[in-house]
Amino acid sequence: MALQLMTEKWTGEISVVTIGATSKNGGTRSYSIKIGGEKSLPCLFKEGTLPNKPQVAFEIFDVTPNDWPNEVIKLYGKSVNDPLEWAQMCIQDFKAQSLCIRLLGAHPDFGNKSAEEEVQLIKKLLKEIGVPLIILGSGDDAKDNLLLPAISEAAKGERCLIGSAVQDNYKTISAGVLADGHSIIAESPIDVNIAKQLNILISDMGLPLERIVMNPTIGALGYGLEYAYSIMERARLAALSGDKTVACPFICFVGQEAWRAKESKVEALPEQGIIWEALTATALIQAGADLLIMRHPKAVEKVSRYIENLMTNDKILSPK
Amino acid sequence: MGLSGLDIYKLLPKTNCRECGFATCLAFAMQLAKKAVGIDKCPYLDFEAKAKLEAQAQPPIKLITIGQGETRLEVGNENVLFRHEEKFYRPTGIGFILEDNITDAEIKDRVEKINGLKFERIGQTLEANLIAIRQNKDAKRFVNVVKIVSANTSLGLVLMSDDAQGLKCALEILKGKNPLVYHATKENLSGFAQLAKEYKVPLVAQADELEKISELSVDLVKQGVKDLVIEIGKKSISERIWDLTQIRRLALKKSNRSLGYPSLVVVDKNDLYEEIQEAATYISKYAGIILIKNIEAWAVLSLLTLRQNIYTDPQKPLQIEPRLYPIGQVTDKSPVLITTNFSLSYYTVLGEVEASKIPSYIISVDTEGMSVLTAWAAEKFTPHKITETINKIGVKDIVSHKHLVIPGYVAVMSGELQDESGFEIIVGPKEAAGLPSFLKNLQYEQI
Repeated sequence: MALQLMTEKWTGEISVVTIGATSKNGGTRSYSIKIGGEKSLPCLFKEGTLPNKPQVAFEIFDVTPNDWPNEVIKLYGKSVNDPLEWAQMCIQDFKAQSLCIRLLGAHPDFGNKSAEEEVQLIKKLLKEIGVPLIILGSGDDAKDNLLLPAISEAAKGERCLIGSAVQDNYKTISAGVLADGHSIIAESPIDVNIAKQLNILISDMGLPLERIVMNPTIGALGYGLEYAYSIMERARLAALSGDKTVACPFICFVGQEAWRAKESKVEALPEQGIIWEALTATALIQAGADLLIMRHPKAVEKVSRYIENLMTNDKILSPK
Repeated sequence: MGLSGLDIYKLLPKTNCRECGFATCLAFAMQLAKKAVGIDKCPYLDFEAKAKLEAQAQPPIKLITIGQGETRLEVGNENVLFRHEEKFYRPTGIGFILEDNITDAEIKDRVEKINGLKFERIGQTLEANLIAIRQNKDAKRFVNVVKIVSANTSLGLVLMSDDAQGLKCALEILKGKNPLVYHATKENLSGFAQLAKEYKVPLVAQADELEKISELSVDLVKQGVKDLVIEIGKKSISERIWDLTQIRRLALKKSNRSLGYPSLVVVDKNDLYEEIQEAATYISKYAGIILIKNIEAWAVLSLLTLRQNIYTDPQKPLQIEPRLYPIGQVTDKSPVLITTNFSLSYYTVLGEVEASKIPSYIISVDTEGMSVLTAWAAEKFTPHKITETINKIGVKDIVSHKHLVIPGYVAVMSGELQDESGFEIIVGPKEAAGLPSFLKNLQYEQI
């Protein structure tokens, strides 16, 4: 008797979010990247198409990071003191396909740079580099409400991914992102219901769900990874079953979490930090991660190759 | 999926012979459905009916034991496809492939290293489980290496050989040690089935296609082999995930007995990162046993940590011992931070305190493993409970100041806690991530 396989028939699909606009679409990026679009669970090509592979973006700061371990800092050398130089190094030396810049320097505790200073920096970056850009605020709600609309306006038409909107602070950011043609990061604290609620709130402001990327808030390997893992699985299952309000791609701040782990800071074992970052990313890819923000070039290299291994072998088998 | 009493009745002889002790076959069927009696009470069942009824009495994925004593590995008995539905029960067994064509000294050295792959994390011991000896030369060498390894480890063994004669000698040496025999294929089926039966050891059944694996396991069971582990052949990662998913789905949702066994995956990559990442993938996606080559402690730690994460019970969070934890070179002037005994809360706070490089005391209050807000809502994290904890610890004899830092999310309890404890309450940040800057700016009047 032939073995009857058990194939799920998913009715939903994840929306496709495009990051970066080329001249054809009113921006100045050299190319754009697409994330999302899944019609199946990770790697189950035989059940539905997975048109876009997970993407990795390098994370950089506008100021010299004060909490990055030496193992990561030393690779970038002096360029960590100059965001433009740092960005160029990621692209030229480490083949970064996209960049994520965190404007930590605007935070009242970390330099309190003015919105105008940050706008100048973003303008310079957009002028000098061609990769799609993800832009994060300082993390201080009050400051970000001043900063992010100004940034959004300065990057108008470039289709950046800007964040983060949270449940009690999303209106100002959403309005800016909507007006200037970007997409938004909606951040929820490891909670499917809040993620769903926030997506609804943001889309109620007129920003379509196709321009929202969810940050489920992850923990690193060994530090609560499993919470995010299951939240992402649950949200993804709901989305594939037809719930459009959670059918957005996931962004995961892998580098930020992984390099805070105690295991990543053992000076005598630099590779332990690299594998910590790589394995955090690996596990989250299996939970449905679409965009991974990472820090160590070697971890990025390993994860990128892993993604290639996942995607190439089965392409011919995916249903049309 | 259990059969109903009527389903079972249809499989019985319907002769009402009463030899089972019940008045009718129907009455017997009803008791069978309740699992109140065994099917062996009916002497007239035909082979097929018996197999069906036996299958329904068993768990959908058979529990398989490898090795013996405290270090034995038990895999199988899983109930769900996603950990949030219930939990994953039996953590994936991690084993290391040891080639038999290296010197005896090298073998002893590697076995020693594998024995040492033990790590303490969040109050649990993480350990590797198996050593798989792979034959590259003649049977004599293989048997010799089995002897050496067996004498030097208490871990369960996997015998990787195509040579039934050599395996027989090895199994003779390992009597009572319950090794896993790797592997039976369509070609060597009878010989390997014979070995597994004779020595009562679990056997790996391997084929490239799911359908072939299913046929093979049916044949092996017919030949009397009871304990099987099924292996998917060399394929791309995505295809293996597909196969592992199908095996789990068919066993659980379709009660497919021929695939109702733990699965085994051999990763076997020279590049360490590639091997560890691929192995990590199968930890998340249903593998019962994973065999790898690399034994570097830092890489194995990452894999075992992922296993710990994925196999944590989602309903019952990991807890830490509620007590005072001094972090760094603390003095009597160091700040005192209050949090819960939910492992994640504690370790997140710990990470930030360490990152701040400001020596501090962390007090974990016994909230039965609930996080700050949940515990507060459930009245497990109250001014009274906190006061009780700090009094028991004797905080006022440990620090010279009278200040406590509480999580920002429970700022509302400040007044009451201040009155009850007699300490000045400082409201900390809502998220642990705010701790480094909070601690740097923390100033209080010395009393």
